[in-house]
Amino acid sequence: MTATTAGAPGAAREGARAAGGRGAEPSAWYLAPALIFFVAFGIVPLVVAAVLSFTTWDGLTPPKFTGLDNWVDELSDPVTYNALWLTLKVIVLSWVLQTPLSLLIGVFTAGRQRYRAVLSALYFLPLVLSAAAIGIAFKALLDPNYGLGHAFGVKALVQDWLGNTDLVLYTVVLVIAWQFIPFHSLLYQAGARQIPPSLYEAASIDGAGRVQQFFSITIPQLKNTIIASTTLMVVGSLTYFDLVFILTQGGPGYATRLLPLDMYLTGFQASQLGSASVLAVLLVLIGLVLATIITRVSGFNRMTSQQEGA
Amino acid sequence: MTRAMRTPLSRRSFLAAGGGLATLAATGALSACGSGRSAGGSSAGAAMTMWGITGDQPFIEPTVTEWNAAHADSAISANYFGTNDYKDKIRTGISSAQAPTLVYTWGGGTMRSYVDAGLVQDLTGPLSGKSGFLDKVLPSVLDAGKVDGKTYAVPLSASAPVLFYYNHDVLTKVGIEQPKTWDDLMSAVPKIKSAGFAPISLGGGSKWPYLMWIEYLVDRIGGPDVFKRVLDNTEGAWSDPAVLQACQQIQDLISAGGFADGYASVSADTNADLALMATGRAAMLLQGAWAFDSIDGIAKNFVSDGKLAYGAFPAVSGGKGDPMNIAGNPSQFWAVSSKANPQQTSAAIDYFSSTLWTDPYTKRLADSGNIPPVKDASALLPKGFPQGVYEMIQKAPSFQMSWDLALSPAASAAFWTQLDLLFNKSSTPQKFADAMNKTIGK
Repeated sequence: MTATTAGAPGAAREGARAAGGRGAEPSAWYLAPALIFFVAFGIVPLVVAAVLSFTTWDGLTPPKFTGLDNWVDELSDPVTYNALWLTLKVIVLSWVLQTPLSLLIGVFTAGRQRYRAVLSALYFLPLVLSAAAIGIAFKALLDPNYGLGHAFGVKALVQDWLGNTDLVLYTVVLVIAWQFIPFHSLLYQAGARQIPPSLYEAASIDGAGRVQQFFSITIPQLKNTIIASTTLMVVGSLTYFDLVFILTQGGPGYATRLLPLDMYLTGFQASQLGSASVLAVLLVLIGLVLATIITRVSGFNRMTSQQEGA
Repeated sequence: MTRAMRTPLSRRSFLAAGGGLATLAATGALSACGSGRSAGGSSAGAAMTMWGITGDQPFIEPTVTEWNAAHADSAISANYFGTNDYKDKIRTGISSAQAPTLVYTWGGGTMRSYVDAGLVQDLTGPLSGKSGFLDKVLPSVLDAGKVDGKTYAVPLSASAPVLFYYNHDVLTKVGIEQPKTWDDLMSAVPKIKSAGFAPISLGGGSKWPYLMWIEYLVDRIGGPDVFKRVLDNTEGAWSDPAVLQACQQIQDLISAGGFADGYASVSADTNADLALMATGRAAMLLQGAWAFDSIDGIAKNFVSDGKLAYGAFPAVSGGKGDPMNIAGNPSQFWAVSSKANPQQTSAAIDYFSSTLWTDPYTKRLADSGNIPPVKDASALLPKGFPQGVYEMIQKAPSFQMSWDLALSPAASAAFWTQLDLLFNKSSTPQKFADAMNKTIGK
């Protein structure tokens, strides 16, 4: 690509770049917009929350410094550990449920046959619904008297889905999966479409069947997508709030009081913003640790191509 | 305990959760600038600002228009918000420089926290001599605007007590009368069940219907003083025998199969509990008077065909509480910000006395199907349910404000969870009392 023959426009562009200095390196100023937003909405609130976690504050009167009181209270409260345990359960259950299904749907919809476009559109429908709408809809569907079971006359569907302490967490995980599988399918669809067809052609010449192709080509090729999807799922599970809040408000009792719900209920229902800040800081720390572990363990940060030899 | 209040999620709280940290920071910033004591609202002089609730706007707005037309120098600029939005907004707004002069409040524990923080004015003095308009209001409702005997807020809206709704059809088929006592109720349960109906519909998925049971039972067993001791921060007030017995009776009723199957998943926010009663699947329902409006949308002609019966919560034999006592929502209130200057305060009092509970105001409320908490409203109200409920309010020796509103926010939050555990039978009366005792004084 030579600019010499391109005439005036090319020359002007060359000149402009020269005037900008530093050749091909983009100016650090390009970072400014993102940095300003990140500092204003990410770092500053984080610092404020950290400071608030050492105060007692009801939102009405000025915060009072009470040192480590909130931390001691929250860390000695069985409700906090219960919330942590539930959050961990939701992370694991969500991953186990969502990953295989998303992978299969994603790979399936990556095919280029025409009918698959229609099916994909249907599969991705939950993606356009807000969590609030999904929560309200499922609440109605799961109503023991007027819900699904009643509509279809299926006794097995008439359960105390949201009221039974043993069932409710699984119900919530299922509804979360219904909401998020489409998103992760989309990731896998995009990932699967990036896989060069030549790999499959070569494999089928070598006599590999569809199943073997899936495990020997598709899954290894999707490694980075799986890691990205897992990271999003795990970190996302840490902040599941809206859907759970609408479905159960953290109940019955403490049965679905996940860490983010515990934070909200402590802060905005009980007006104990200091204690809620402790939980907020905990959430941030756990999120950072988990994200770091995933990227370290998976080697995602090295970002090697999965297509060597392709 | 208005229905609107119970809508579980507002956009604001949704955002607050999504960016919990950001909200914490924002509120922190607000409170930081809230220390300056500027006059209520942005302007000095007697001009006033008002924050109200969209649901009550139809009643408030005409009074503001009327007032502003006659008082250009002390005009009110009114803003209305959705209930949950407002609750979030006022929590941080009331201590800020932008605090409204006229503060809409549900009274109870939240108002007490305003009083403790010195954010609203004691209106006892300013109201003396101007209180003629308050003489029209039922004393049991006025009491709900008082803290430690001093008036901090004046009632502005309808009363909505909680009462028993019955499906008369079902009762006739089973061959029983409306239960007048708890023993009647307990003996009705197996009869209704064997006739193939659910005895009592309960919207446990929404949690707030649970509280109606405990607040009524405690009142019937121990009288209104038991809960007063809780509000007075008496050590161990929740261990009162009346509370323990009430919890036990609730769990006995659950064991007897008194509540419709799957009650913990039934949502009262969508009237699924009301539907069970109105469509004849359940015989009874304990709900607020506000549910009446929705019956026709669920079962047409249910009311006009005379299938609706209603009555007071049953008496408990040997109980100290008067069976005429009621519980629920006495009213919503206006309080005056302590940041208001003297002219604003006196203008606010003038506004209250010249526009609240005048005949047109009361009539507006009555015509829209509400029950105004005034001493003489029966002529204004339609026959049947509205007049019947009005009579209950009028004759009630005590009108207990819904406990969730009356308690402090921290105690109220714990109360929801403990009540949930109690109704799930994951807790015992003693555990309930112990857990609630820890919230005394918080």
